[in-house]
Amino acid sequence: MIYFNNVTKHYSDKDLSITNVNLTIKQGEFVSIVGHSGAGKTTLIKLLLAETKPTSGTVFFEDQDIAKLKGAAVTTYRRRVGVVFQDFRLLPNKTAFENVAFAMEVAGRSDEDIVTDVPYALELVGLSNKAYDFPHEMSGGEKQRLAIARAIINQPEVIIADEPTGNLDPAATNEVIGILKKINDLGTTVILTTHNKQVVDNLGKRVVHLENGRISKDDKVGVYPTHHTK
Amino acid sequence: MSLSSDLKRITRSGLINFYRNTFVSFASVMMMTITLLIIGATIFMSAILSFTIANIERKVDVNVYFYPNAPEAQILDIKAALEQLPQVAGVSYVSRDQALKDFQDRHQNDYLTLQALNELGTNPLGASLNIQAKDSEQYESIANFLSGDETIDSGVNKNIIEKVNYYQNKEIIARLNALSNTVKKIGVILTVIFVGLSVVVTLNTIRMAIYSAREEISVMRLVGAENKYIQGPFMIEGIVSGLFAAVITIIALFPLTLWISKYTVDFFGGLSLVKYYGDNFLQIFIILLLVGIVLGALSSLFAIRKYLSK
Repeated sequence: MIYFNNVTKHYSDKDLSITNVNLTIKQGEFVSIVGHSGAGKTTLIKLLLAETKPTSGTVFFEDQDIAKLKGAAVTTYRRRVGVVFQDFRLLPNKTAFENVAFAMEVAGRSDEDIVTDVPYALELVGLSNKAYDFPHEMSGGEKQRLAIARAIINQPEVIIADEPTGNLDPAATNEVIGILKKINDLGTTVILTTHNKQVVDNLGKRVVHLENGRISKDDKVGVYPTHHTK
Repeated sequence: MSLSSDLKRITRSGLINFYRNTFVSFASVMMMTITLLIIGATIFMSAILSFTIANIERKVDVNVYFYPNAPEAQILDIKAALEQLPQVAGVSYVSRDQALKDFQDRHQNDYLTLQALNELGTNPLGASLNIQAKDSEQYESIANFLSGDETIDSGVNKNIIEKVNYYQNKEIIARLNALSNTVKKIGVILTVIFVGLSVVVTLNTIRMAIYSAREEISVMRLVGAENKYIQGPFMIEGIVSGLFAAVITIIALFPLTLWISKYTVDFFGGLSLVKYYGDNFLQIFIILLLVGIVLGALSSLFAIRKYLSK
């Protein structure tokens, strides 16, 4: 489904770059990408989201070369990918319901669909009773669950979660990872970047290790490498 | 998704944002109100200017003096002929008797002059025609008409016209024309500068408002929003700010013009700003409304483009 073919991306700031990355992610997989800050995790995500282009090599989403997407094709592509960020990136002036509804509106879904699907998604992440709260009225865990609801609302083929638990306490972390697992069980591919050893170890899923911009290890059922633990 | 449904969502979203971003909306409305007040002020300034110029121009006229023995019927013929001219705004006839009466009124405290007049026994004054042109630049052609011979039997006219005072006034009229043209030009330049400045101020205010929403814009883009979904609501917010600003301005102008009128009616030669405002209310309202809407929409459009370019 997702193919990194010999991808190199260099910034002027060398720390963030990745070199000769080859990575294949199949449909329905749950892949954790681990590594130090600056190991290149975020660069990998940015390439996937068409936020930046590789210096060399190609990134394919199915048969689509992501770097070649332009204009409207980028927006259409992004609707096939759900994203969850460490800092939530919710729309501050919209309620929980509206945050999720916005993603449906921009995808051109009908009002009827919005009215039925949004409560369903909020229920899935346990936020039914917060539908009319604004992000500033919610806890970190709730915000992240809302971000997940928004990410899945258009039934994307893949969910990318970039350090989704970075700002959360252990209880909220478990909730968020639990929801991601549930989504994965329903057939959606999940790509998770994280620093959290416990999360990776408990998942028992594929783990890709990034070190200085290169893949140093790719385990089918991996654990967080001990030398990465801070 | 249909266009009307898009428009509905964009409008709804813009209105909600306007309502929820209380402080930013308030600041934008205030800045745009100031802009519109300046534009309103330039409208009034140009009204004062054209009124004053028209007033001065009205004071310029050409008098045709006839010999005392000129037959009244003939003078009235000339008056009728002058009134046919496209350049002429009006002609008033001052008869010999009226001229005498005016003279006596003017010299009522001047015993010697009145006595001299009485001793003459007859009325020494001739009748005259007072001509006002539509435009002060047209006096020359009117004067030429009088001294020329196109339509009136020149032989007879030459015998009854004592003098046409255009040639004495020529210099003053020319200078006045130059002055009023200069004043008009300065008015246009000032208007352009004022309007330009206020547009820049509005543009920057809205730019700040959108700058504060740049994170939001990047999130919208990540969610896969097309530009119209990002830009649209901001433009609606800009338009709503413009509408509010126009309404506030139009209301604020009433007490303002009333207050200014109190002190300036005499100074501006009888022009009452509040009356002018009342008479032209609809036009001024429409101008302010349109400027507000266009300014709000365009400022948003320009300000947001930067964040959509990626």
